[in-house]
Amino acid sequence: MNAIQVQDLRKTFKVQKNREGLKGAFADLFKREFTEVTAVKDISFTIPQGEICGYIGENGAGKSTTIKMLTGILVPTSGSLSVGGYVPYLEREKFVRNIGVVFGQRSQLWWDIGVIESFQLLRKVYRVSEQDFKKRLDELVERLELQELLNRPVRKLSLGQRMRCELVAALLHNPSILFLDEPTIGLDIVVKSEIRQFLKDMNREHGTTILLTTHDLQDIEALCSRVIMLDDGRIIYDGGLEDLKQRWGTGREVLFQFGNPTKLEQLEHWTTGMPVVWSAENELGAKVWIPLDLNVSDVLGRVVGQADITDIKIIETNTDDIVRSIYQSGSAEKPDEMAAALKDEREALHV
Amino acid sequence: MSDKLETAVSSSAGGSSAGGPQESSRRLLMGAYLDFIRIRFLTMLAYRVNYYSGILIYSLNIGVNYFTWMAIYGKGESLGGFSATQMTSYVAVSWMARAFYFNNLDREISTDIRDGSIAIQFIRPYNYVLVKMMQGLGEGIFRFMLFMIPGMAIAMLLFPVQLPTELSAWVGFLVMLFFSFLINSQINVITGLSAFFVENNEGMMRMKRVVVDLFSGLVVPISLFPGWLSSILNFLPFQAITYLPGSVFTGRVQGVGIWNVLGVQVFWFLVLLIPIIWLNHAARQRLFVQGG
Repeated sequence: MNAIQVQDLRKTFKVQKNREGLKGAFADLFKREFTEVTAVKDISFTIPQGEICGYIGENGAGKSTTIKMLTGILVPTSGSLSVGGYVPYLEREKFVRNIGVVFGQRSQLWWDIGVIESFQLLRKVYRVSEQDFKKRLDELVERLELQELLNRPVRKLSLGQRMRCELVAALLHNPSILFLDEPTIGLDIVVKSEIRQFLKDMNREHGTTILLTTHDLQDIEALCSRVIMLDDGRIIYDGGLEDLKQRWGTGREVLFQFGNPTKLEQLEHWTTGMPVVWSAENELGAKVWIPLDLNVSDVLGRVVGQADITDIKIIETNTDDIVRSIYQSGSAEKPDEMAAALKDEREALHV
Repeated sequence: MSDKLETAVSSSAGGSSAGGPQESSRRLLMGAYLDFIRIRFLTMLAYRVNYYSGILIYSLNIGVNYFTWMAIYGKGESLGGFSATQMTSYVAVSWMARAFYFNNLDREISTDIRDGSIAIQFIRPYNYVLVKMMQGLGEGIFRFMLFMIPGMAIAMLLFPVQLPTELSAWVGFLVMLFFSFLINSQINVITGLSAFFVENNEGMMRMKRVVVDLFSGLVVPISLFPGWLSSILNFLPFQAITYLPGSVFTGRVQGVGIWNVLGVQVFWFLVLLIPIIWLNHAARQRLFVQGG
């Protein structure tokens, strides 16, 4: 069964136009002019139950607008959508009892009261029975290690602590679909990986469907089997992360550490005839870029016998770079010049 | 083991008192709404020091109005049907009523809308406006107990305020005061929700504040307005906030008139529900969440 089904979804906003200058301001007083902005342009996709799907795109690509339509906050301009068997905007109150939502940039806990009081209030709002609540809370508290935080007021929590509490708040009523809008924004690396692991476990144990938007592609790499990429309100890529890497990855990089100084010309000489590019890191280190259609071992074979090598590191194509270049081109079709640009912009993943 | 027993007991207790899952689910939601009253009350209590100065300010307001009116009366007997004593009581009672019914729901709602946190409100299975009203009520209870009553006591010490002694007058006044709160909060909700439709409703909120204070008869009793204006005001909801209950409590309106006043309040309470429901509905189509 599909958890989320979206067909030709469109959202248009009317935005007030402010005319320039004093004359324009006076004109605005009497007759407002509006411009129509289409944030989401006829997108369609389905997400089966139990899938973790990443929803990515640049700022203003329409991600949040889509999430807000899927969660019943916004009413779509046209198109149809069904989430967990409901049309979100039609039966909002019934529908939202089956979903959990975390907005990374907004808190859904009450600022002035204790964490546990917030949870108790949410229990009543979502109409969860006392014993279900207790069981669920114990499980979540233990899993996310919140024991000492429960009696603190929300305003005294650090961002990482708060985000873990937000997750609990969104999951107390055991929703079958979870929407996460930038859940790891501003968090440190430890909390990030904790949250990722938690989401993964929850998906496995409870079969929760998760749709998450993020700018942190490591979230995507750690969690998602599928990625939907949005640009200017349209879907430009929908498929597996591995596919994306293969289609867009232009090659790999190998980092050498030598025991004694090795000249770049020497290295280039050893690999003559191969379409590889060498660059020097320092006196004892060099980097080689190897296109996808060439075997890494062939290149290694040429170098290994000749030089005194102390360390070799193979660097895979960085998803960040792939995505950045797709954003820049605005299409997931791979043009040649983009591939070249990509090569120049590579960065080591291992740092 | 004891844990298990406890849940078993609580579940059987819950099961027997609530008639089926539907019933208990509704009760849970009711419990949530009551919690909003309680939490707002406790939050206000935590910041109570901020309000001590408020008691002083309200007493000062009463003082200023009292001395002004006394100067206007001079040796005169009555103005617009108010004797000097009645005016003193009216001023004290209406300012103290304001200490209770005043709230910032308009500002809270428009802030929610303008900074986009309204999104959080719409992902919860409750009615946003009702939650706001409950929070307003929690604030009202706080204001009633820690603001209005002590303020009233101070005013009675300082000024020759004459209050009725019959119990029925007090009960009637409290009922009317509650309706004052409802109507004022409804007007606040309407002003707040207007933020959905205009980019900046700051001006509307300020205007509303002045209009409510002036047209409700807080600053000047409505019977002292020029004839044409007071007859217009008879057709507006504002008089039901201060002027009518104040008139009853100072003994200007008696007998059947009291029921008329209550009728007017109930009428406006019901009428004002219509724009709120309409705005709430229309806003869903208009909603534009700020900040992405």
